[in-house]
Amino acid sequence: MPDFIILALLAGFGVALVAGPLGSFAVWRRMAYFGDTLAHSALLGVAFGLLLSINLNLAVVLVCLGLALILVVLQQNRVIATDTLLGILSHSTLALGLVCVSLFGDQRVDLMAYLFGDLLSATVNDVITIYVVTGFVLVVLIKLWRPLLAITVHEELARVEGIPVAAVRTTLMLLMALVIAIAMKVVGVLLITALLIIPAAASRRLTHTPEQMAMVASVLGCLAVAGGMAASFFMDTPAGPSVVLSASVLFILTLVKKQPV
Amino acid sequence: MSDADNILLEARNISVVRGDREILKNADLTLKSGQIVTLIGPNGAGKTTLVRVVLGLMDASGGHIQRSKKLRIGYMPQKLHIEPSLPLSVDRFLDLTGCEASEKIANLRLTGVEHLRSSPMQLLSGGETQRVLLARALLKNPQLLVLDEPVQGVDIAGQAALYQLISRIRDERQCGVLMVSHDLHLVMASTDTVVCLNQHVCCHGHPEKVSADPAYLELFGQAANASVAVYTHHHDHSHDDVCEHGDHHA
Repeated sequence: MPDFIILALLAGFGVALVAGPLGSFAVWRRMAYFGDTLAHSALLGVAFGLLLSINLNLAVVLVCLGLALILVVLQQNRVIATDTLLGILSHSTLALGLVCVSLFGDQRVDLMAYLFGDLLSATVNDVITIYVVTGFVLVVLIKLWRPLLAITVHEELARVEGIPVAAVRTTLMLLMALVIAIAMKVVGVLLITALLIIPAAASRRLTHTPEQMAMVASVLGCLAVAGGMAASFFMDTPAGPSVVLSASVLFILTLVKKQPV
Repeated sequence: MSDADNILLEARNISVVRGDREILKNADLTLKSGQIVTLIGPNGAGKTTLVRVVLGLMDASGGHIQRSKKLRIGYMPQKLHIEPSLPLSVDRFLDLTGCEASEKIANLRLTGVEHLRSSPMQLLSGGETQRVLLARALLKNPQLLVLDEPVQGVDIAGQAALYQLISRIRDERQCGVLMVSHDLHLVMASTDTVVCLNQHVCCHGHPEKVSADPAYLELFGQAANASVAVYTHHHDHSHDDVCEHGDHHA
């Protein structure tokens, strides 16, 4: 197997591992649109990175983190309905990102790579970055697992029971921003949410506890990466969309099984 | 124990204003260990708001609250919606508090739902859900139980049984209980004090007294009391002067 395939697989597996549990929370907390908004803002991060000549991953993380914090504040103030707010921010940041990349970037910028991922060009450094972030996010998720689940089930009950709800919720959003920054490499800003949501949704039908669902989602994510890479290798399809499509196929396969409650 | 010792929480002159609407106006509430206090009042009377202030989930616009030191509160919320996408059994629902397994089982047995331990939360009936919520509220041995409409979604026979269970728990654990209810007559047998709320405290005291109180009758109408007594004295009830402080018959 050529090196670039191995690196691409490693990168994809790393993202899929962390996308399992985080995507499960996105499903449980109905954060799909939130994930989309953060993902779309990632392109703006790329534009800033190019403009300021700093590390693009870092720029993406910073912009995503910033937007996540802005969303937390705006949601608390309830200026407008959350889905309207997300709709405005999601597409405004994407449009702004597209405009800025074309203004500040030069011919070297491959817009398609940012929009749809560039898994096959993953470098050793990319893979290391992905596993460092994945490891960090998984450790935080495991540490905060019970409070995260508690606020997902009932925020006020959790608060009366002494859980610092706002801090836990903010942490989850920041983790999401981190994962989006690394997932951009795999599937691109337009398809990140799919990588979070689809394996988790498929996993729901196969599992009976939150932990099972998170872990099986990771496994399904890895299968989707492998399937997408295979399609890309043998049929020369674009890698990112192929990964998402294999996740969708897995989801459809799980529909055969009756939904456990 | 003297009276002052077993006071768990004392709220004085609690006011809550949202926008230009006054949701609560100078409401007083005292909760003591071993005592069941029931909040009644029509929709929009501010019952849930007062409960949220007591729980510390909401800041009052005015007034002050004194809680006994390190007060442990067990809370049973009015509604529980668990996403169908979250696979969660009754067992795991109680685990979210980080409690001991033995305590969890003892509480589920006490509320009569031990056999449902492995059932998914989403499949429980209204009555079963309330009993599971009560079991969770009882974890970690709370000094004060706050139950927001504990019999919601439960049939009449089940309501009586649940109220009996609540008074039994009070007897056994000597905890204070604050309940919210729509219907005075259902809770009458299992409450020590009734606080009738309509933005302010209209009247409070023993349930029999409250049920005959003009302020209560004004609020709920004669029909509410038809099953208890025919009360003929019509009393003008004005929120501003008749019973501002709510203790005119205490």
